[in-house]
Amino acid sequence: MTDSRVVTGISLAGLILFWWAAALLTADPTILPEPGALIAPFLRELASGDLLYHLGQTLVRVAWAFLLAMGLGLALGLAMGRSERLNRWLDPWLVVFLNLPALVLIVLCYLWIGLNETAAILAVTLNKVPNVTTVIREGARAVSPELDAMARVYRMSWWTRLTHVTLPQLAPFIAGAARSGVAVIWKIVLVVEFLGRSSGIGFKIHMYFQLFDVTMVLVYALSFIAIMLAVEWAILQPWERRVRRWRTA
Amino acid sequence: MGDPATLGTARAPLADGMIRVEIKEKRFGRLPVLSHVAFEVAPAETVAITGPSGIGKSTLLRIVAGIDKEFAGRVDTPARIAMVFQEPTLLPWRSARENLTLVHPGLTRAEADAALARVGLAEKAGDFPGQLSLGQQRRLALARAFAGRPELLILDEPFVSLDPETAETMIALTEALIKEARPATLFVTHSETEARRLATRILSLRGSPATLAPHAVPIKGVNP
Repeated sequence: MTDSRVVTGISLAGLILFWWAAALLTADPTILPEPGALIAPFLRELASGDLLYHLGQTLVRVAWAFLLAMGLGLALGLAMGRSERLNRWLDPWLVVFLNLPALVLIVLCYLWIGLNETAAILAVTLNKVPNVTTVIREGARAVSPELDAMARVYRMSWWTRLTHVTLPQLAPFIAGAARSGVAVIWKIVLVVEFLGRSSGIGFKIHMYFQLFDVTMVLVYALSFIAIMLAVEWAILQPWERRVRRWRTA
Repeated sequence: MGDPATLGTARAPLADGMIRVEIKEKRFGRLPVLSHVAFEVAPAETVAITGPSGIGKSTLLRIVAGIDKEFAGRVDTPARIAMVFQEPTLLPWRSARENLTLVHPGLTRAEADAALARVGLAEKAGDFPGQLSLGQQRRLALARAFAGRPELLILDEPFVSLDPETAETMIALTEALIKEARPATLFVTHSETEARRLATRILSLRGSPATLAPHAVPIKGVNP
């Protein structure tokens, strides 16, 4: 545990060193500023409240899209994994949506619904639902028929069956879908903001892109990366350890 | 599902509490497995079903238990059914105590602990099934079956793949619990000795498709 943390720390320090060396070789701060040059603009944005406002906007969109995509994907994946008939009917749809480029869905949502919050969140959700569904469906197919039979004989209520028999079996798949889900969703949210919102990290990156301000693009991007890493380490990984507790006990 | 005409019906038990099984036919695809299997189990009676491996004993139990509903015929069973499977079939992600209280929501913590103590698992209430030995897991499965005070208990080769000593402990425990709770019991085994020891009556499945052999005679002189 501590060993792997040391390695992670050294590895990240190496990345910053690499960046610093690259900045030194480029010798042009408008193309690649050295890491230290980001601190002052970062503190300025933080103090003005701009950074926190836009971080907040993006996080809310990520949270909504994540919850909707996980909820819908879980329900669909479970239904398709349990019913071969439903799967035969819905699988072609799934394949179509899996192969629809994120950009196409985003543009279509904006065109059909308008440049608003609903369209933005819907576009991100629709991009992620097929992946979650595919992963959960695999898990649902592997659900133990013996435990199913046991639950039926003892007439367990559907809620108890779902929460204590089915979902624990799906936990590794849910955790996998959640982790890859968060990673993909926040990236798509930035694109959605870039294309059609007037707040959020994606919007700020769009703005500084038009000003060719590499420093500010990096300040906003890195701040958000830091937040998403914190979510991964502080929420997702501990949760995964908790649901896996019975395996290692 | 399938053609409604081919589906079996499970109906509420009659007032006398008898368990009635009338299976006209059970097929897997086009292969008939069971044909004209009809018998009754009276309250507190223990009936063993014997027969060679693969003849359809487990299929018969699954129909009686209500797990398999695709058959022609009808089965009348009481509301409270418990089943002990060939494998312990526990929830590995829940503690031993939760394995009882989740399956039987009416069970209090104290009752669950008493049920665990009855099978010698008093110390293990907080352990996950994976921390228990196979023998302990089977005893937990037995505790789970009896905790619901079943009117019908179904045992599907519960002593198979156990070493002789553990099997003996399990058989003795099962025997004692059946005596205490007195459910109607239906159990499958391919061991004639087990059948003679626990059962008041033995039915044997023979042939293909399997049907009940005619020599279904009482063996302990218990005539319900």
